[in-house]
Amino acid sequence: MSSENEFKQQVRKLYNKLIVAFCMIGIAVFGFIYIVLNPSIFAEKPEENTLISVPNVDGEIKDGIHVATGFIDDEGLTEVIQNCTNCHSSKLVTQNRMTKEGWIATIRWMQETQNLWDLGNQEETIVNYLSTNYAPQKKGRREVLTNVEWYVLED
Amino acid sequence: MKRRNFITKGTLGAFSALLGTEIVFGQTIPLGYRPLALQDPDPFKLFQKGSDMTVLNNKPWNIEAKAHLLDDKITPNKFMFIRNNGLIPENVDVNNWSLIIDGESVQKSKTYTLAELKSKFRQYTYQLTLECGGNGRSEFNPPAKGNQWTIGAVSCASWTGIRLKDVLEDVGIKEDAVYIGYHAADVHLSRNPEKETISRGVPIPKALQDETLLAFQMNGKDIPLAHGYPLRLIAGGWPASASGKWVNRLSIRNKVHDGAKMMGTSYRVPCEPVAPGEKVADEDMCIIESMPVKSLITYPKSGAMIKQGQSLTIRGHAWAGELEVSKMEYSIDFGATWTSCTIKKPTNRLAWQHFTTKISNFPKKGYYEVWARATDSVGTSQPMLLPGWNPKGYLNNACHRIAIKVV
Repeated sequence: MSSENEFKQQVRKLYNKLIVAFCMIGIAVFGFIYIVLNPSIFAEKPEENTLISVPNVDGEIKDGIHVATGFIDDEGLTEVIQNCTNCHSSKLVTQNRMTKEGWIATIRWMQETQNLWDLGNQEETIVNYLSTNYAPQKKGRREVLTNVEWYVLED
Repeated sequence: MKRRNFITKGTLGAFSALLGTEIVFGQTIPLGYRPLALQDPDPFKLFQKGSDMTVLNNKPWNIEAKAHLLDDKITPNKFMFIRNNGLIPENVDVNNWSLIIDGESVQKSKTYTLAELKSKFRQYTYQLTLECGGNGRSEFNPPAKGNQWTIGAVSCASWTGIRLKDVLEDVGIKEDAVYIGYHAADVHLSRNPEKETISRGVPIPKALQDETLLAFQMNGKDIPLAHGYPLRLIAGGWPASASGKWVNRLSIRNKVHDGAKMMGTSYRVPCEPVAPGEKVADEDMCIIESMPVKSLITYPKSGAMIKQGQSLTIRGHAWAGELEVSKMEYSIDFGATWTSCTIKKPTNRLAWQHFTTKISNFPKKGYYEVWARATDSVGTSQPMLLPGWNPKGYLNNACHRIAIKVV
């Protein structure tokens, strides 16, 4: 009787071991197929949010200028950095001068043709920031020459 | 996130779904985008540009020269402006580069490898003036949107390639052909692969000119990547955006090409003149063709101080789009009087022309400006003031001037 029990116990143990072994083989095969189908999972990959990378809005402000972007420090700076520097450089903003109407028209053009998203309730802040800090200056029909670096020209 | 997907779906069907997302992911993520070279933060090293060049924009790259940097008769790469609408193509595979000719008005669509183009057709070399349509935009009032070019978005390099007309003849184009439109390998700023960055072109008569090239070389070497390697359409004398870089397809159209940046305010100006700041409807805008007459004083650099009695040598270049420059003048009294100087004939049609002269009549000590004015072969001169305002600030061909002090 006791030897029969012992035998049954051994069979059960063996049976359990076999199940564990089969499960491990199953997992290994499954894992192997997954790796074969997704060879890149061990490759280093940028964080998924690089797709729409959120630019660094922190950073030094020096003489009223956000050093990393060159933007004027004012209300709306963060929203402008976050929404306007994903596709193009901040330089495309800072070299332009437009009225409120002009900035809105530019935003609409980018939304219609350049895949810019809906700015939602941030649009007003952004437009105010741009039209305040990057407003047109009157230039007349021809400007005076400025920033001339004088030097002696020998004969 | 991926592992969770994997566990929850857990079937072989989910693999393909995962694989599907992988592909899309791979296209949009700038994973393959960052070849080491293009990450170089120093554009001067990256593009081998002179350190005095001005970077207007680093995404996309837009870089211009200054007048005194353009003193060479043939513009070297280091002083050639870069104008990009999108991102420079990555991983250009020159061995597998081909050019497809298609469109409504092609007899039969045809594909040439780069090697075929180089071996099958005779090659020509021309010096060709390329000026950005928006060169001088920064001066317009009210200001015009875009990169604020001053005077340095112009060049005249020596381009080597095959005549587009020879290729078109080999392919065969139908009689109803109106326009050719290029397609290229650059990447849209939004990284949307469905979007073309820029796809412009020229009418058939311009395409058939001897000087309109499919170029492989600039100044005797492979075209630098930023300027269109390995194949660039060159249509000298027209806005440089007509000279498509990284070209891999040309469409022979039976209508005016309607690719990206052919419509709206892009490279178009009001058909009839408008008051500064006026709104212009799309249908009242016309495509810019030949660029207007213009000139630059490339020596000396503005700001020269000379002694009284010392004479001043000036030199520079003048160009006139499709036309030739027939007269060159300068003024040291803000246009009250003009003095003519010799202008050389162009090396070939559409090359810029050179002038040089000696000024020795500064009447007394003081501040002067030397103004230069070119006149084209039909008698049209450069204006001293800004020419007609237009929404995107194109075609500013106002006279160039430099500041001089006699001490």
